Amino acid sequence: MALDSAGTLLAPPDFAGGQQAEEKPRSMFRRGWEVFAENKLALIGLGFVIFVLLFSFVGPLIYKTQQVSVTLGNAYCTPGPQHLLGCDNLGYDVVGRLMQGGQSSLEVGLAAAFISCLFGSIYGAVSGFAGGIVDAIMMRIVDAFLSIPFIFVLIILAVLIHPSRVAFIGFIAITYWPQPARLVRGETLSLRTREYVAAVKVAGGRSSRAVLRHIMPNAIGTIIVQATFAVADAILILSSLGFLGFGVQLPQTDWGSMLSNGLQYLTLGYWWLIYPAGIIIIMTVVAFNFIGDALRDAFETRLQRR
Amino acid sequence: MTGYLIRRLIQTIVVTLIVTIITFVLLHLVPGGEVRAVLGIRASKAEIVADSKLWGFDQPLYVQYLKWLWQLLHGNFGFDIKYSAPVSTLLWQAFPRTLVLAFIGTAVGLLIGVPLGILQAVRRYTAVDHIITGFGFVGYGSPTFFVGLMLVNWFAVDLHIFPAFAPQSTSILGILADPVALILPVATYAFIAFALWSRFMRSSVLDNIVQDYVRTARAKGASEQRVLWGHIFRNSLITIVTLLGLQLPVIIGGAIFIEVVFNYPGMGLLFFNSALNTDIQMMLAITVLTTIVTILGNLLADIGYAMLDPRVRYS
Repeated sequence: MALDSAGTLLAPPDFAGGQQAEEKPRSMFRRGWEVFAENKLALIGLGFVIFVLLFSFVGPLIYKTQQVSVTLGNAYCTPGPQHLLGCDNLGYDVVGRLMQGGQSSLEVGLAAAFISCLFGSIYGAVSGFAGGIVDAIMMRIVDAFLSIPFIFVLIILAVLIHPSRVAFIGFIAITYWPQPARLVRGETLSLRTREYVAAVKVAGGRSSRAVLRHIMPNAIGTIIVQATFAVADAILILSSLGFLGFGVQLPQTDWGSMLSNGLQYLTLGYWWLIYPAGIIIIMTVVAFNFIGDALRDAFETRLQRR
Repeated sequence: MTGYLIRRLIQTIVVTLIVTIITFVLLHLVPGGEVRAVLGIRASKAEIVADSKLWGFDQPLYVQYLKWLWQLLHGNFGFDIKYSAPVSTLLWQAFPRTLVLAFIGTAVGLLIGVPLGILQAVRRYTAVDHIITGFGFVGYGSPTFFVGLMLVNWFAVDLHIFPAFAPQSTSILGILADPVALILPVATYAFIAFALWSRFMRSSVLDNIVQDYVRTARAKGASEQRVLWGHIFRNSLITIVTLLGLQLPVIIGGAIFIEVVFNYPGMGLLFFNSALNTDIQMMLAITVLTTIVTILGNLLADIGYAMLDPRVRYS
């Protein structure tokens, strides 16, 4: 999912932008935001992500439900004024459950994306900057990670450890970091030949300074775009693990566990156990993809067009 | 060409060795994890020590690794404690079934996704483009198992058109002899794959449309059809083949969800059952085997390329 290149950035070059050269130079983020904001899908995506974050983390303060112990008397209750989306098989209110599940899914998604992209970017930048035999060895390790079907590794780890939320973040990060590593290494290969990187060396700066202060900030576009897709991927991975029964443990839940739990009652007509969880997963993943696509356009356009 | 081949072969061997180390180390992250997983949480310390000795887990890690690697080199994936049978016997039954399903599913996905991606690129920013993009987004925002179970719900439970289960035959011919039962699993595969490939193809074609060689072809008077199919399409396929190689682990790994949903007796289902039984030897064997298949697949793709495209050999 993260490997494609943007189609939309190939809009015809905007030659009419000639007057802009006389304006005051604007910051790169400002210009990036303007391109981003032109993209309606991106704004929809951003809006939805903010909504889901508020829903999951602030929602429980307003819509109070009991999410710790089982209330069998309420099991399978239909949606109504008391329980907006009904109750599940254990009597948990589904809206409250979605908030609870959202906390797990979003926390794991965001944290795993952050850690894997941070580590992967540094790894990739070091590998590309070092070059030669070091680069060759470091990239073979990345190749090895990339050829392992990671879902198998995740399941093995889940079986061995019965993971907590924190462990899930670590596991997903362990399997995901090679993707940003490869991209950033590619970016570094072109950045390391620039004059300002050579200037660090001439001025007596250390390699670590060149990598951390000069190469990484210039690869930040690639890293942020990759991180956005990583959040979407991590949410999908966690929900898939939930389906196989290796998700977070009761009374906690995540969207994937909710969905697979509801799917057991597929033929009984309890639609509120299936569609809300399914739709919120799809919409959140798609929203992060919208944002990722638009960010890529924004960073690319900054380099190419304006 | 020979130089390239030798370099590429050495790389493959190195990567394979690293893969065995990674999987082995991950497995042993938890000391005594495997024995504890097999014996259950109520096992006493003495039992764990005794069993560790019996299965050789008390030896230093590198000794265990070298032993395991030596067996692997002989095609011996170890002896399965739960099934009381050699792991390799079970694997060779299940693996071809997974390959058949994954191959058909991916092929159908490509046959739908690639032409749609071209159509999107040619008619970019029109209604057709947006509609296909919309479907594509649903395709890769959806967890595979959700797509599969929804298809079962609509087409098997409600409409009674297709069976809810994949073919249960143990032989490949038996599976192929029941194409109606294959339709839903293949459709699930294809829906997810279509989303990916139409997106890749669209951006690959758009990348090529602005290249100089396209302008040259037009300037030389080639028809639009010839420019599209003879020049842009062929160059875009290069990207698609590379991405196909990179996606192999996802394609094979994704089999687990389809096989569990449709109860298809392939390697994914075997892996899932092994996970439920905490049968770690089997899980390790399946992971290593699928990884080696992925690496070999990538090697073949690269060699195919180097023969077709001289630029690759010199890079």
